[in-house]
Amino acid sequence: MDTTPIINNFKSEEYQINMGPQHPATHGVLRLLLTIDGEIIKKVEPDLGYIHRSIEKMCERDSYQQIVHLTDRMDYLSSHINNEAVCLTVENALELEIPERVKVIRTIIAELTRIASHTLWWGVMGMDVGALTTYFYGFRDREMINDIFEETCGARLTMNYNIPGGLMFDIHPNFVKRTKEFIAHFKTKLPEYDLLLSNNIIFRKRMEGIGILTKEDAISFGASGPVGRASGYSCDVRKHHSYSAYDKVKFNEVLKTEGDTYSRYQVRVLEMWESLSIIEQLIDNIPEGDFFAKTNAVIKLPEGEFYQKVETARGELGVYIVSTGTKNPYRMKFRSPGFSNLSLLNHIAVGGKIGDLVATMATLDLVIPDIDR
Amino acid sequence: MTNEALQNLISTWIPELEFTEEKSQFLNITVPPEQLIPLMTQLKSNSETNFDYLFCLSGVDWGKELGVVYHLESTTHRHQLVVKVKTEDRENPTFDTVCNIWYTAEFHEREVFDFFGIQFTNHPNLKRLFMTEEWDGFPLRKDYVDEINMIIK
Repeated sequence: MDTTPIINNFKSEEYQINMGPQHPATHGVLRLLLTIDGEIIKKVEPDLGYIHRSIEKMCERDSYQQIVHLTDRMDYLSSHINNEAVCLTVENALELEIPERVKVIRTIIAELTRIASHTLWWGVMGMDVGALTTYFYGFRDREMINDIFEETCGARLTMNYNIPGGLMFDIHPNFVKRTKEFIAHFKTKLPEYDLLLSNNIIFRKRMEGIGILTKEDAISFGASGPVGRASGYSCDVRKHHSYSAYDKVKFNEVLKTEGDTYSRYQVRVLEMWESLSIIEQLIDNIPEGDFFAKTNAVIKLPEGEFYQKVETARGELGVYIVSTGTKNPYRMKFRSPGFSNLSLLNHIAVGGKIGDLVATMATLDLVIPDIDR
Repeated sequence: MTNEALQNLISTWIPELEFTEEKSQFLNITVPPEQLIPLMTQLKSNSETNFDYLFCLSGVDWGKELGVVYHLESTTHRHQLVVKVKTEDRENPTFDTVCNIWYTAEFHEREVFDFFGIQFTNHPNLKRLFMTEEWDGFPLRKDYVDEINMIIK
């Protein structure tokens, strides 16, 4: 009988396959062109532009009030924070004095937005790696935040609550009560997240030690948000370039040093505790006063260049405006966190398996409209 | 480092730089295209400046000139700086790539190429990022006209 091992009859060769544009793990219309050898990834090339709407070009014809509404549609899970970024840029350019009440309310809602985004991420990330229950846990808790938003802002996702100068309207009388209810509820539920997933041995074996990003590479690739902080890179805009009411609250910047998929996961879960703490410090101390500062009906920015960065749920969002003194920006650029975070995917996925790529991509927390602006 | 100290230090490296703080919250440097790489390399590697974080790279069409704006920050010293490079050549605008200095520039430069038609020499993979390969023209240029998709006032 011939005992030659069968394996010798096969050759190793590289070939290309598509992941997406319609793939559950890409969380939107993103196409990845994978070069693989067996199951080992040799190269990941993202193909973008499936939902590019050219928001930057549209901004050049719109007024500053209108631009705020377009930014909702970039990273829709951080819509409030995107709005805030544009409003802050305009307010700084006009040197407007913003009431303290506005700053505190903006900060509370921004942190609620961050928790809502992270709970959604936690749910779908669990589903990406095969745990269906997380999805229901995540959406259950996020629902309470969406109800608070609906009551105060009138919308659940693309809120448009900010206007240049302040807020669209004052908070709903129930806002404080319901936010406190949510904090009490979520404090009992967040430990369940750890019980279900964080300390789950199957999950940890899947996540630990893959997709490693070093601190130097994180800085060079412009990583920000939890992706940067999991590599030990202190990049929290709220700490380094404080805005709104973040200078009035105490919170820790969550840092991990491993830089792998599991530490990115941990950073987000721990960040939810920090967000809860920020809201707790502010919710009883909302100052009385106006909820907006008066601006002209037609806003004209002075001639010059203005830049503002904020910390969205995904990382650093930058707004760059070149103004020639008219009612429209001459050039508007959004530096989106997802764009830079996607650019490092090839770097950390090469050498891993396709299954690892799914887990790695889940912890980059990509929102495709944020990349395809 | 303060803006003044930065200006004093950087002007000793390359004499033909223009510095301005007018109409901007940052110190702005305008650099001639051929001096871009020597300046950028020095800005990152010098331990006193150490600009290791390129947080924004944008193309801008100033009407007559096309150019690229680099927003830099140092994660150790936490100072910020803006570098601008401009060219009047609208047919074939070309600059050197900085993606060997900051990896993030690779994608950002592809985006600028896609929307402004600015070429980057030595870029490893310079092709359209968002638009299709056969798209005609560069949409974020001020003289771009698309009668079907644009509302022209």
